[in-house]
Amino acid sequence: MLHLILFLFFGTICVAGAINLLAQSHPINSALSLIAVMASLAGEYLLLGAEFVAAVQVIVYAGAIMVLFVITIMLLNAGKEERTKGSRIAILIGVPGVVTGGVLVAWTLLHRPDMQTIPIGALKGDPSDIARLLFHDFLLPFEVTSVLILIAIMGAVVLASRPEAIARPHHSTAGPQEIRELVATGKDRR
Amino acid sequence: MSITTFVIISIIKSVVVLGVLLTAVAYSVWLERKVSAHIQNRWGPTRVGPFGLLQPLADGVKFIFKEDLTQPHVYKPLYIAAPIISLVFAITSISVIPFGNWVDIGPWGTYLQITDLNIGLLVVLGITSMGVYGVALAGWSSNNKYSLLGGLRASAQMISYEVSLGLSLVGVLIVTGSLSLRDIVDAQRHMHWNIFIQPVAFFIYLISAYAETNRTPFDLPEAESELVAGYHTEYSAMKFAMFFMAEYANMVTVACLATLLFFGGWLGPVLGPPILQMILPVVWFCLKVFFFMFLYVWVRWTLPRFRYDQLMAFGWKVLLPLAVANIVVTALIVAWRA
Repeated sequence: MLHLILFLFFGTICVAGAINLLAQSHPINSALSLIAVMASLAGEYLLLGAEFVAAVQVIVYAGAIMVLFVITIMLLNAGKEERTKGSRIAILIGVPGVVTGGVLVAWTLLHRPDMQTIPIGALKGDPSDIARLLFHDFLLPFEVTSVLILIAIMGAVVLASRPEAIARPHHSTAGPQEIRELVATGKDRR
Repeated sequence: MSITTFVIISIIKSVVVLGVLLTAVAYSVWLERKVSAHIQNRWGPTRVGPFGLLQPLADGVKFIFKEDLTQPHVYKPLYIAAPIISLVFAITSISVIPFGNWVDIGPWGTYLQITDLNIGLLVVLGITSMGVYGVALAGWSSNNKYSLLGGLRASAQMISYEVSLGLSLVGVLIVTGSLSLRDIVDAQRHMHWNIFIQPVAFFIYLISAYAETNRTPFDLPEAESELVAGYHTEYSAMKFAMFFMAEYANMVTVACLATLLFFGGWLGPVLGPPILQMILPVVWFCLKVFFFMFLYVWVRWTLPRFRYDQLMAFGWKVLLPLAVANIVVTALIVAWRA
């Protein structure tokens, strides 16, 4: 009973935060709603018995990734977004359509004959169990994922740096006019 | 133990711990003023009560009566929410800090800790990372270029040093094998304090924690001569007092963690009748925490502050590789012994 109440509590915050995220016009409010969504998801993980995942969700998602979102919004000084006129037809057909689709999917999933639920605490969420899975059973995917993330970081660094600094590393502080002069006289490479 | 007994005991523990924490925060201000004064060869507060001990009370009264200016150009919702966020997350992490052993009062017994989670250390790290929002949102909502720069610098500094802070604690976790703070202290019995086993991790933790709490030598985001007052420029009276309290509460949390993880927590010579056996561990814990608070103040008034680029370079290029190297060496030694 208490479990159901807590599930509904966290679930309501999650869905309300997600809807608020879309409904707000100022990006900082949307970011704060997303933080509420992440924190309530951590609560849901706790209810499932996965305490390590819940803590890591708070540390990584709500505490680091969303901080970067907020810092970006602060740096770019993004103001309120403009509201264009929504299409009436899209709302009239779209919202009932999505609701119908969701109800169909849920009904199909819930009425399969071999569906069952497991009791609370049946799944292991211990840090030692997760460590065994990561570093023993699934070691190769783990290492490959870390190489993938390294490639992504390198790609981000390359994409974010100025093109002049890459093409002509010895003249990285030259402006566009100077670069044209350097190329014209052939002095752009040492 | 029935559910009502559990709830009543938990409420009593929470109220007592919260009261002690808020008093400790107020008196750490007194400690700072006295120690800084003696370092600078002057007296500090002496008039309000003996040794100036009632000075925090006078400060509290001043903050309550001060005019609470709210500038018209601030973004009101976040302007008011930011100090609340800071203070709430600074105070919450005391809920998993253990002060002592099991105590028995009459027919009831309890651990001297509000709650003993088996992921206690991760909870403290999570709460610390959420505390960055108070600073970032304060800087942004003040609509002031100095506040914005101070807030951005402070939040970037805090998230950078969180990485080396967490990694330095992994060394302790490898040696102990549990995330529960009580288990970490129990593994340090008989003078197996982690300061002897993990000295490098201790220094990395201490330096990262000083940067995390925005204390000198890493306090450029709130340095008076640099950015007016950084992210809390536009705050007055009670809201400023909340930022102030949040900073000192974070210091208390860091000091508590340092004693629990590296200096044996409440372990120390315990002797005498049972009542003394229950109180002496708490006394040892408080003495060690007091030493770390004193160290905080001592370092602040002794060292000059880092420039911002030196600060960030130090965090990413020196502390992070050191912390990772510490993990590798610790893991190798533990695996070789097993």
